[in-house]
Amino acid sequence: MAEEIGTSPDEVQFRFRDGEPVDHAAVTVDSFLDQSNAAAVRIEPGDDARDLLPYLDRLALVEVNFPTFGDGRGYSAARILREAGYAGELRAVGDVLIDQLASMRRCGFDSFASDKRLDEDDARAAFDRWHDVYQPAADTRSPIWAKRHGRG
Amino acid sequence: MYLYDQYDQAMVDARVAEFRDQTRRRLEGKLSEDQFKPLRLMNGLYLQLHAYMLRVAVPYGTLSSRQMHALADIADRYDRGYGHYTTRQNIQYNWIRLEDAPDILADLAAVEMHAIQTSGNCIRNISSDHFAGAAADELVDPRPYAELLRQWSSFHPEFTYLPRKFKIAVIASDTDRAAMKLHDIGIQIVRNEAGELGAAFYVGGGMGRTPMIAPLISDFVPLDQLITYAEACLRVYNRHGRRDNKYKARIKILVHELGPDEYTRQVEEEFAHLLDQGVEPPLAELERVKGYFELPETLRYPGAGRDPALAESLDSDLRQNDDFRLWFERNTHSHRHPDHVSAVISLKPVGGIPGDASAEQMHLMADLAREYSFDECRVMHTQNIVLPHVRISDLRALWTRLEAAGLGSPNLDTIEDIIACPGLDYCSLANARSIPVAQKISQRFAASGRTAVLGELKLKISGCINACGHHHAGHIGILGVDRKGKENYQLLLGGSEAQDTSLARITGPGFDEDGIVGAVEKATDVYLANRAEGERFLDTYRRIGMEPFKEALYG
Repeated sequence: MAEEIGTSPDEVQFRFRDGEPVDHAAVTVDSFLDQSNAAAVRIEPGDDARDLLPYLDRLALVEVNFPTFGDGRGYSAARILREAGYAGELRAVGDVLIDQLASMRRCGFDSFASDKRLDEDDARAAFDRWHDVYQPAADTRSPIWAKRHGRG
Repeated sequence: MYLYDQYDQAMVDARVAEFRDQTRRRLEGKLSEDQFKPLRLMNGLYLQLHAYMLRVAVPYGTLSSRQMHALADIADRYDRGYGHYTTRQNIQYNWIRLEDAPDILADLAAVEMHAIQTSGNCIRNISSDHFAGAAADELVDPRPYAELLRQWSSFHPEFTYLPRKFKIAVIASDTDRAAMKLHDIGIQIVRNEAGELGAAFYVGGGMGRTPMIAPLISDFVPLDQLITYAEACLRVYNRHGRRDNKYKARIKILVHELGPDEYTRQVEEEFAHLLDQGVEPPLAELERVKGYFELPETLRYPGAGRDPALAESLDSDLRQNDDFRLWFERNTHSHRHPDHVSAVISLKPVGGIPGDASAEQMHLMADLAREYSFDECRVMHTQNIVLPHVRISDLRALWTRLEAAGLGSPNLDTIEDIIACPGLDYCSLANARSIPVAQKISQRFAASGRTAVLGELKLKISGCINACGHHHAGHIGILGVDRKGKENYQLLLGGSEAQDTSLARITGPGFDEDGIVGAVEKATDVYLANRAEGERFLDTYRRIGMEPFKEALYG
């Protein structure tokens, strides 16, 4: 049995999807690839998110860990999963801070469980900061160029 | 030039609000300095030795007179009455208070400017050819492509915490005036055999402690896939660039360790995937942006040759005044329209601080841009200012006003036209001062009259191994190091940032501050004794090699 890791639903402070937070203990990517009956997995910065692509249907929760907020590999991991059609919960965990929330949301994260509880008002302001965006990403927002050319 | 629409304006306004909020949380103690640091860096705010420094973005170096006036006002209101133009075609202010930074950003936003991503581990200000849109030798104006990349890279959600900083340059001429191959990504707009425009991508160049010349990884990316290809280059880097050692974190190390072929293979694979992801703006957006860079009506149709009346007027001005003639010969560049030239305003007065301009000088340059250059000026990566479109019959009047303001130095591309980083006078990373060395060299060569004899000679000084002063790319480079607690200067020879890109080599043991000035002089002695007809310093060095120089310096 793989060692269970990951966050619990009460640690999820912000969530942008219907239904209850997924309550499966996550396993590491290595463990997941070994046993592969787990429904939740945790990606560390050095893991290759593409290793999970054959199993996306089976997954209800992917946690992406940010051991330090300055390590941006998790943003690519999130987009890669969404681009491949992953529709389950994508949870940012670890050193997740106010000023990274908006970018994380754009890369496809829909659930946030920071190490430290975040100021509710500051976080809401951060999520709502950008009325428009310059580039398409893993969210559904139309980029500015699409609006300029009547595609937004 | 490019003008913001309501979307662009809303983005910079939102950024001002965001940074005001971040500063408030920092001052309230809700953000630690460690948490705040990358946020302020992404707004161009550095902590230097004595105060905060604010670096303002000048996308591809282009400014209107209104923007230049605003930069002067900021120097007056929030700094000590001057600013410093940088090698990324930006401007930085050295004496800023943290509390004032949000107000400065608001002042900038009022003139369609910002400090977004001028520092930090993100995609930096996109630089370009300072003669873009004017040069007789260019294929097209490269700036619309740079603007497209500016918008794509601004607040890019995936690439805000890269392994390290990331610099992109775009040119569209075989003559490289932007050090394109010494960038993380260098793009040259080219035409293929079918007559279509596209982008050649050079990836993995850079200076710093491990200088490298970027290899070509794609010779032709179609224009309707340009952004997608850049996104693929960045994603491979964000995922696989080294994060264990900040000195090995630039993309040049990744490309070098993987090898250009393997890096290219990974990019092509990611590119094939991203082509289905809809990240590319439509060509209509490129066309919209291009519209802003259309030349003024009078410059659009060059005609057969120079207007004889204008030519005579210029000739007469040149005959009457030798100082003006020297400035004309040194500081102007041929324009696609024969009745015009691009005129360079030197920020390298003899004994001055390279790249510095006072608020009064900035106001004057703004006025001159409006009166003589269709309201436009440019910052050069060599820390000078260009008036891109000056009618030849206006040059004498322009020069007269520049002279009166101490801005008429006729020294473009000479040994006095030194690139220098701020060095230990300002920078907390520096090991040695750069500015006094630059001052002494320009004084020595101006006084001896040797500047004129030497012709083109590009000298570049960095105060530490991070190479902000581009010493690797100098025909003569100087690197300041710390040697047992004393400032020491190494001499390098043979670098070039032009289309013949090369990296300079160290001559041998370093020199003290006075010694390095003498060493530069000796290197020029060797050149003068050996040069063949028509050879620049760099050409002679390449022909005769390092040995004769070593012999003179250490023999």
